[in-house]
Amino acid sequence: MDLNFTAKDLAFRKEVIDFLEEELPKDVATLVKADIAVSKEDTEFWHMTLHKRGWLTYSWPAAFGGADWDPVQQFIFEKECAAAGAPRILPFGLKMLAPVLMAFGSKEQQDHWLPRMCDGSDWWCQGYSEPGSGSDLASLKTTAVKDGDDYVINGQKTWTTLGQHANMIFCLVRTDATCKPQAGISFILVDLATQGIDMRSIRTLDGGHEVNEVFFTDVRVPSSNLVGEENMGWTYAKYLLAHERNGIANVGISNQKLSRLKRLSLTQKRSGKPLAEDPLFAVRLARLEIELRNLETTNLRVLDGFAKGAGPESSMLKIIGSELEQNFDDLTRRALGRHAQAHTPEVFEPGYNGPQVAPKNMANQSAAYFNKRKVSIYGGSNEIQKNIITKMILEL
Amino acid sequence: MDFQPTEERRMLADMVAKFVQNDYPMKVRLDAGATDLGYSPSAYMQMAELGLIGAMFDEDIGGFGGAGFDIATLFTELGKGLVNEPLSDTALASGFILAKTGHLGLVEQIISGKKRVALALIENGADYDWTMPETLAELLDGAWQLTGSKTSVKFFYGVDAVIVSARTSTSDGISLFLINASATGMTQHQFQTVDGGSACDIELNCASAILLGLEGCSYETLDAAAARSTLAICAEALGIMDSIKSMTIDYLRTRQQFGTVLGKFQALQHRTAQMLLEIEQAKSAVTNAAKDLDAPTDERNRAISAAKYSIGRIGCYVAEEAIQLHGGIGMTWEYDLGHFAKRLVMIDHEWGDQDHHLMRYAQS
Repeated sequence: MDLNFTAKDLAFRKEVIDFLEEELPKDVATLVKADIAVSKEDTEFWHMTLHKRGWLTYSWPAAFGGADWDPVQQFIFEKECAAAGAPRILPFGLKMLAPVLMAFGSKEQQDHWLPRMCDGSDWWCQGYSEPGSGSDLASLKTTAVKDGDDYVINGQKTWTTLGQHANMIFCLVRTDATCKPQAGISFILVDLATQGIDMRSIRTLDGGHEVNEVFFTDVRVPSSNLVGEENMGWTYAKYLLAHERNGIANVGISNQKLSRLKRLSLTQKRSGKPLAEDPLFAVRLARLEIELRNLETTNLRVLDGFAKGAGPESSMLKIIGSELEQNFDDLTRRALGRHAQAHTPEVFEPGYNGPQVAPKNMANQSAAYFNKRKVSIYGGSNEIQKNIITKMILEL
Repeated sequence: MDFQPTEERRMLADMVAKFVQNDYPMKVRLDAGATDLGYSPSAYMQMAELGLIGAMFDEDIGGFGGAGFDIATLFTELGKGLVNEPLSDTALASGFILAKTGHLGLVEQIISGKKRVALALIENGADYDWTMPETLAELLDGAWQLTGSKTSVKFFYGVDAVIVSARTSTSDGISLFLINASATGMTQHQFQTVDGGSACDIELNCASAILLGLEGCSYETLDAAAARSTLAICAEALGIMDSIKSMTIDYLRTRQQFGTVLGKFQALQHRTAQMLLEIEQAKSAVTNAAKDLDAPTDERNRAISAAKYSIGRIGCYVAEEAIQLHGGIGMTWEYDLGHFAKRLVMIDHEWGDQDHHLMRYAQS
């Protein structure tokens, strides 16, 4: 056993750091580190920057034009990107749809859709959840009925993240209502410009606009947009979940939050002394740091064992990672003391030159704390993840 | 032993509940919370006319309540409706200080809703610790002038005056001063709070002020005012948790997934049960604090810190747990839960958070 990064790993790490130093705009990194939502333009710019370097598809296999990095390199890349404050690579096309197309899509679909994800032609969003189908996703009711060369879609999707920027949506739809719910679901690609689609924003509790509901009324989609076989959509969606090992634990983000919090604890004061000297705060911080060090090694151990086949590991990483990220936001809020109440994202508006209440990078922190309550709910709530773990382990 | 509220307090609770139900829709609360003022002046005046401000003060100074259980009863009901009008910030604590220092005329105007007086204690270097103000008061030609900075003064915008804590060069103790809102030498920076409301940072530069009480002798008055206001927001949190409890139970009883209601799943049943018993513990903490509000100082402060610690710990837990039990709907602006949760968590950031009070209790 050798738990150190190899010389090759370290050289790679330096290459990533140099790239980020060179290419990542400082003003964008400032916004990302302050938990301000990244604009469409900044996301597209960053995707393009990575694309030019060949790193946008870092998680793809070489056969599809990926960077062909091993899991440890991918881990290093994600960690350094988060540490530098790089915008998140949007997962919907590149990390969620792409692996499904690679595994189950036709050659034509792969040749058409994969390059368009890379060059920015398409912005994908996800149509899984429905108002009546959250944790019980398999009960989804949006129907797709074959009519000539088309499918006709009717129903409603919800929690569609950043759908307001998207031009394409991949959906799970019901193509057979007569069988076991999981056996009648298909996976289909829909152009959002198609007639009969209405997207409405959902305002979240922090006041932001990140998610949407999408209504489908007699939406005609060519049957060539069906991925794989009809009624196999549930299998494809599950394939994706079980194969997501990197990224899911958000180790990079939590590391960035840890260093931000440590810096904050030196400048925030209680009774005239730095917060870092407050024993109760120091204990809270130490607990989180220990959890994070543990998680980092858990994540690397899971990556190491990846070849042995899919188990409940990604569910474990999701639970630990999401709760830890939330705990960092929770402690950061606590560290702000009375200033946690101030909600002043206006300090990030161009040209703002008024006073600041909290430290500038904390101006949106409490809203971010509330916003991040979502991470233990979305992508299969942590309760669902626990069901997956016990189902696999108890074998009852 | 009798845990039943008196007839008067039951009537007070009913009156507030009716006000919330008939005259205080959530939309009005949220819209008002986004203004510079941060609350609705018409709702505030209506509450004053109902006698809700008077209920916070004893009869000697023109009120008709003022005991711990009056304050707890009132604020628990206000919390249930997520009422945002600044009763604890610009009426209860400041009115108590003004009464103790003999400014009964101003107290009368506070009780009638005609005037509001903010309380500016917090400074950047000390945060929750209000015992060590750096703001300096100097006596020049027989008149006091204050210089310094105060932060996060809730609902300062639009007040008639503000009480400011300061030190003087001739005393080691805390002094309190009253500054007229229109005084020269006082500037404000208004901002919104994440729970829907307004606050200001204040800069004082030789602002003219009136000394309240005796120079350097206001620690005990301030400590007693802090205890009253802390009890008020603990009770408010209790009311908020009561509403969150109802919303969560309703949701678990009606939301269908996997062919049955959510409440049928044991994993969620156990979490709900844990949440409910923690809320009962919070209620007992507030009861203890209300009972001891006028007890000897040490006893009072231990009960207040025990309550604020309990409310801080349990409040954050309940806010997070209720959102998780709801799932996605709990994350939306349209569903009321999120607004209750935001206020509940932010109560931990007023008058000292759970760690602050845990340490104060441990050291007392």
